Amino acid sequence: MHVIRVPSSLDYSTVDSVFRQCAQAVEGKALFDAGYLRFVDPQGLVGLLSAGALLKRRLGQPPHLRLPRQAEVLGYLARIRFLEQARRFFSMQARRPREIAASSDVLLEITPVTTNSDVHAVVDRVQTRAGTILTRTLGYPLVTVVQFSVVLSEVCQNIIEHAEAPGWVAAQAYYWAKRRDRWMLVIAVSDLGRGFRESLAAEHAGRFGKRWGDGSALEAAFLHGVTRFQDLGRGQGIQQIRRQVRRWDGLISIRSGTARIADVPEWDDTPALEQGLAHFPGAQINIVLPAKQRGKERSGA
Amino acid sequence: MNGFGIDPVAIDLRRLVRRQVASLYAHLVTRPTGRAVRLAIESQLANAGEMALSVIDFSEVHVVDFSCADEVVAKLLLHYQPPGRAARAFFILRGVSDLHLEPIEAVLERHRLTAVAETAAGPCRLVGVPSEADARVWRSLEERGALSPGDVPAHLPDEVDRAALESLVRRGLVFRRPESGDYLALSNLMRSLMG
Repeated sequence: MHVIRVPSSLDYSTVDSVFRQCAQAVEGKALFDAGYLRFVDPQGLVGLLSAGALLKRRLGQPPHLRLPRQAEVLGYLARIRFLEQARRFFSMQARRPREIAASSDVLLEITPVTTNSDVHAVVDRVQTRAGTILTRTLGYPLVTVVQFSVVLSEVCQNIIEHAEAPGWVAAQAYYWAKRRDRWMLVIAVSDLGRGFRESLAAEHAGRFGKRWGDGSALEAAFLHGVTRFQDLGRGQGIQQIRRQVRRWDGLISIRSGTARIADVPEWDDTPALEQGLAHFPGAQINIVLPAKQRGKERSGA
Repeated sequence: MNGFGIDPVAIDLRRLVRRQVASLYAHLVTRPTGRAVRLAIESQLANAGEMALSVIDFSEVHVVDFSCADEVVAKLLLHYQPPGRAARAFFILRGVSDLHLEPIEAVLERHRLTAVAETAAGPCRLVGVPSEADARVWRSLEERGALSPGDVPAHLPDEVDRAALESLVRRGLVFRRPESGDYLALSNLMRSLMG
């Protein structure tokens, strides 16, 4: 039995440890031990789902998920629809989570994205919910609701157009007390597709020769807007998302295969390019947008 | 047929999205949505005469993303106004807000295209990548409304500007009446045809 220990704080900075442990599980049974989970952000949630789906595919049987002991955490997982999605990939003990009132800080529960219609639904949902979080919590002007919807639309389309496999998106605002003393909006997208290197290989690997790999594929797509399509209009999505995230002084990273590339603002110390990570076959996009002002108080609160 | 030799075609994007793509949603997002909307516009234009002025109304559309703008705006222009060849249709993007402009301008720049847009707040303007001469001549014609061939030498004494005028006609940014040869600003043509 392979035991994968889920960190007590599972977010974009710790989720890689789950993938590192998953790399060791090549046969037999697996257990994800999330018993001590106390905090999880959207990147952690979709990362955990992806890890479960990967091991189910690799091992030919669903791994077991030990649910968090804390009732509040379990309730949160139910409310953000993690449990609903996790049932597809994990076996779980039947524990009825305590009902917890919906939090206004959840912008988008974990939402599967497989079709064009799913993207429309995501944009529609965000249009009705994003105003309060973006203006009151982050202190952004109201017009950013539309720009934010465009960003979400483009990242979700990345799943459908390039991964050709199912994926998820989730978004939530958090108060980052220790790291930044301000509210942050975290958007996470993950898919189990073929990743950037394979998606681009047929068209572009030849030009790179031996240098072709996960890192160079990410650089080509992320920095230069390269796509597998001949169409000049393709490849704009990621470039426009990067531009918009920069305007908001946010962080954006894409992890695919064994590499991660990022546009890193001054307030974060994520490396611009990391290689040699545990293999992840699809792609994960992580966006973190900081509030304009410090402190826990919200504008107009 | 009106006296201009061109058929007006009004296109309400919100209705088109709802009819063609998803009855519940009215956002111009995703490439398949844009493709479906563009095909619907092309179908409407196919039913018009040999020449058409199509007014594409964005005013009821809230969200436009880059992928959809590429399909609806850039690919439509590339189809009817292919570079180096005479335009087969004329377009005015109507009810365009600042939030629509960002994706529209981005895709136009990407394809080195120029379009006429009527912003929600103001008059028509050129968006995309007009040259300085394009912008100067187009604005001048926009202010006058029309220019007869006989007035061109006096009004545009600079050869560069006269070349720009012909280029604007070829790219579907200015309309030349087939019989008289008069140059018409598209906004003037739109008012004449659609009121």
